[in-house]
Amino acid sequence: MEKTFTFDRPDPCNAFIKICENITYGEGPLSGISVGIKDNISTSGIETTCGSHILQGYIPPYNAHVVTLLRSAGAAIVGKTNMDEFGMGTTTETSSFGPTKNPVDPTRAPGGSSGGSAAAVRSGLVRLALGTDTGGSVRCPASFCGIVGLKPTYGRVSRYGLIAYANSMEQIGPMAANVRDCALLYSVIAGYDPRDGTSVDKPAPAPVSPVIAGKKIGVPAEYFGEGVDPAVAETVTEAIEKLADLGAEIVPCTMPSMKYALAAYYVTSMSEASSNLGRYDGVRYGMAPEMVQPWHEAFSAIRRSGFGEEVRRRILLGSFALSAGYQGKYYAKAQAARQMVRDDFARLFAEVDIIAGPTMPTVAFRLGEAADPLSMYLADILTVPANLAGIPAISVPCGEAHDLPVGLQLMGRHFAEDEILSAALAYEEGSA
Amino acid sequence: MTVIIGLEIHCQLNTATKLFCGCSTDYRDDGPNTHVCPVCLGLPGSLPVTNRQAVIYALKVAKALHCEVPEVSEFARKNYFYPDLAKAYQITQYDKPLALGGYVDIEGEDGREKRVELTRIHMEEDPGRLVHMGSGDRGRYTLVDYNRSGIPLIEIVTEPQLSSPKEARRFLNKLRATLEYLGIYDSEREGSLRVDANISIKGYERVEVKNITSYKGVEKALTFEITRQKGMIRRNAQIVRETRHYQEARGVTTSARSKELEHDYRYFPEPDLALMRVSSWVDEIALPELPDARRDRFMKQYGVSLNHARTLTGDLGLAEFFEEIVGDSPEIAAPWTADILLGELNYRDMPVSKVPVQEYRELLDEAGSGRITDTSAVEILRLILNQVMEGSDPEKPGAIISRLGLAKESGESFREIVATVLADNDAAVSDHRAGKNGAINFLVGQVMKATRGKADPKEIREIIDDLLKE
Amino acid sequence: MVSEEDVAHIAAITDVGVDASELKLFTGQFNAILEYFDILDSVEGGNGEPVGPTNIFREDVVVQSLSQEDVLRNSTDPEDGFIRAPRVI
Ligand SMILES: [Zn+2]
Repeated sequence: MEKTFTFDRPDPCNAFIKICENITYGEGPLSGISVGIKDNISTSGIETTCGSHILQGYIPPYNAHVVTLLRSAGAAIVGKTNMDEFGMGTTTETSSFGPTKNPVDPTRAPGGSSGGSAAAVRSGLVRLALGTDTGGSVRCPASFCGIVGLKPTYGRVSRYGLIAYANSMEQIGPMAANVRDCALLYSVIAGYDPRDGTSVDKPAPAPVSPVIAGKKIGVPAEYFGEGVDPAVAETVTEAIEKLADLGAEIVPCTMPSMKYALAAYYVTSMSEASSNLGRYDGVRYGMAPEMVQPWHEAFSAIRRSGFGEEVRRRILLGSFALSAGYQGKYYAKAQAARQMVRDDFARLFAEVDIIAGPTMPTVAFRLGEAADPLSMYLADILTVPANLAGIPAISVPCGEAHDLPVGLQLMGRHFAEDEILSAALAYEEGSA
Repeated sequence: MTVIIGLEIHCQLNTATKLFCGCSTDYRDDGPNTHVCPVCLGLPGSLPVTNRQAVIYALKVAKALHCEVPEVSEFARKNYFYPDLAKAYQITQYDKPLALGGYVDIEGEDGREKRVELTRIHMEEDPGRLVHMGSGDRGRYTLVDYNRSGIPLIEIVTEPQLSSPKEARRFLNKLRATLEYLGIYDSEREGSLRVDANISIKGYERVEVKNITSYKGVEKALTFEITRQKGMIRRNAQIVRETRHYQEARGVTTSARSKELEHDYRYFPEPDLALMRVSSWVDEIALPELPDARRDRFMKQYGVSLNHARTLTGDLGLAEFFEEIVGDSPEIAAPWTADILLGELNYRDMPVSKVPVQEYRELLDEAGSGRITDTSAVEILRLILNQVMEGSDPEKPGAIISRLGLAKESGESFREIVATVLADNDAAVSDHRAGKNGAINFLVGQVMKATRGKADPKEIREIIDDLLKE
Repeated sequence: MVSEEDVAHIAAITDVGVDASELKLFTGQFNAILEYFDILDSVEGGNGEPVGPTNIFREDVVVQSLSQEDVLRNSTDPEDGFIRAPRVI
């Protein structure tokens, strides 16, 4: 029953790390639809590198749960998309396999870390793509490339086979040129998986239809505060006004915990990453160690040559944040701050149905523009709260600023993907 | 110099599958890396899910050892780099262990019951196994087998309340028996119980001895380490707080490479695993009869002495065996099993499960009936055990008695032999007449030798006295 | 403030090879980042009650393991079914 899929398109943006040979597909809701898969999602028999030299040549002997779901839905898996090394970046420039260019403007970065997936969709190489979102890595590139990207509720999509960066926050998410396609891919990957101990058993997603009238939309002042490009703020404000025109009720609000969110996110993600990335010693897979050296020397050498600078920076900072004497100051406080973010959302969602704001504070960066690490981290300020709280969030294109795409971010209650997808669809189609 | 010992006991739980994946735990007869999956190999993207049975087993131990089970417990990551640790962290428990407190009662140094308190019990995964390769063509390197990676362990930590290697051994014997009675542990599996010990001389620094891989090695390792520390104190050398490794083959402890930095394990809660709220499960866990209760029952039901009851119930297999063979003559079965059979089994390193019940039972009947002497009975027992060891069918005791002519003969038939012995041993005879204690035993022994054990020593003694009176 | 020694120390315990020029760069960056993290000092409390699902277990049922071939496939130069690693002693 397997059919062959022909894929012979050029990839000038370097969206893919690997394009598959002998692509086949079967029957199902995604039959014959081309899908790109971010290279941190394990694909049996297909090299999976996480954008890192350290995993070059690693061929997983098993499929991630979502890959199994895609295959049984009939999808044609075209290849593995480029990404920031281990998901650590906002531009896809930290990839060991060269940066991806933004199809909208090839002098710009596509955002990150799922920049390859966004670029592949935007340039029409694939209709759908999977990204992963730890602190905005689906939504940021969706925003910068002018496509739709959804970060589901933590626990909604199985992480089994997703190569961990920060386990407590990341989710695999669908990316597509429009909301209906995004919802289609979401409906295939959402669901319970007993192999993921953080997976939650919930009913299958409902079909989406444009619904926004009567919804209360909270707009936190902090999402339009310092650091947000006024041109971006203006575009997003207009988009929110359009939601009001469609019958939504706009409720101004505040999120005081926002001032802690970025620090809480980075301390938590770096801490978890420092532990997750210890396994890349070249013994069981990946880059081969120098057998003649003693263990610790060989291990250090592998980590020096296999990991890029940003990854090593985060391993060091994360180890520091967890080390004896500092854990109370960093890791423990970050967890307390994380609770404050959850509490803020809980309080807001008692009043409103959706929280709206810009996805990113700016438009796409110029390639090579990446300044010092801290400035780069600050770009994640508007996306990390959803990851800290585990709530679903979507980025939907809402116009331009400086002639570049801008994304409108809609966040919902836990497991209310249907609600934000429906709102995004209403916005996209201009009807409610 | 007061000795202070605390123990950390790692016990493999005999679940069917590993702690966080479905790989079978029954790997000992199979090749390396044949019981391994993405989870226990630490492949990128794999995720752990906790084995419910392992938690139940651990709770069973907690209940049996009188621990408190807190409402919430949690797995944590212990980060360190070593090739046997597939993920570069061990999933263990840190500040929210499964169980706190508890105790084990043992026979103390003074023979009275002593309560040894526990600090905690937590669950964790076993690392893989390393084989260190010497310098061949390929130089020195390590071989890794991940079959053991992810086997469920409980770690039982005692307070520093043991005062001698002997007490430590008694504690471990008692603990091991309890774990066996609970059916959560398989003593036959190599390396299924491993011990680390903290040892100090009061007033001095504490030393941790790791790598005691057999529980039998504990007394030896502790004795060595205490002697070493006492020697250092006598030489005014400083005892440093350190970790030492026990070298089983040489019976010594050696200093581990001192990389103090490695001790920062950077623990944090395991984000891939849900919290556990299992304190309410404890009520539903039914405990079997445990060693203390069985010991008391043996004393009451069979009239067995405290010492015999302790011995007979100190091993589950032995206790079951005893109840199988005891019949209505515990006064014979208890001393025979606890004193003689056990010694013969230890000598042969033979498990009690291999003793042929029918033959042993018949042997006890023969010994009880007085048809054979105790000496002959022991000879028959040895013969039967040796036959089992060789893999042949054991002979019936009755058959052995007739084959070797071991049936006890009446004392009177030995009168002549006794007379000869007395005539040949003038010195001993005069010693005996002079009231020297050992002399009569020597004479009896000579007669026994001459009769190949068929005589009853009590009768011989009477004949000797009789003859000497004449 | 962290010093170059602090960064060298953490690099040593985590076996992340950092050379001298990088040490200087990292130390400067770490100070900027850690200074930003100081905002957490004003957060009340620590760790707090853990959240999320509880009591997720699987049953003790054997699942097929990987073949030895698949286990060894990605390793470097295995030997007699074992995976090879640099020496530890
Ligand atoms: Zn396994």
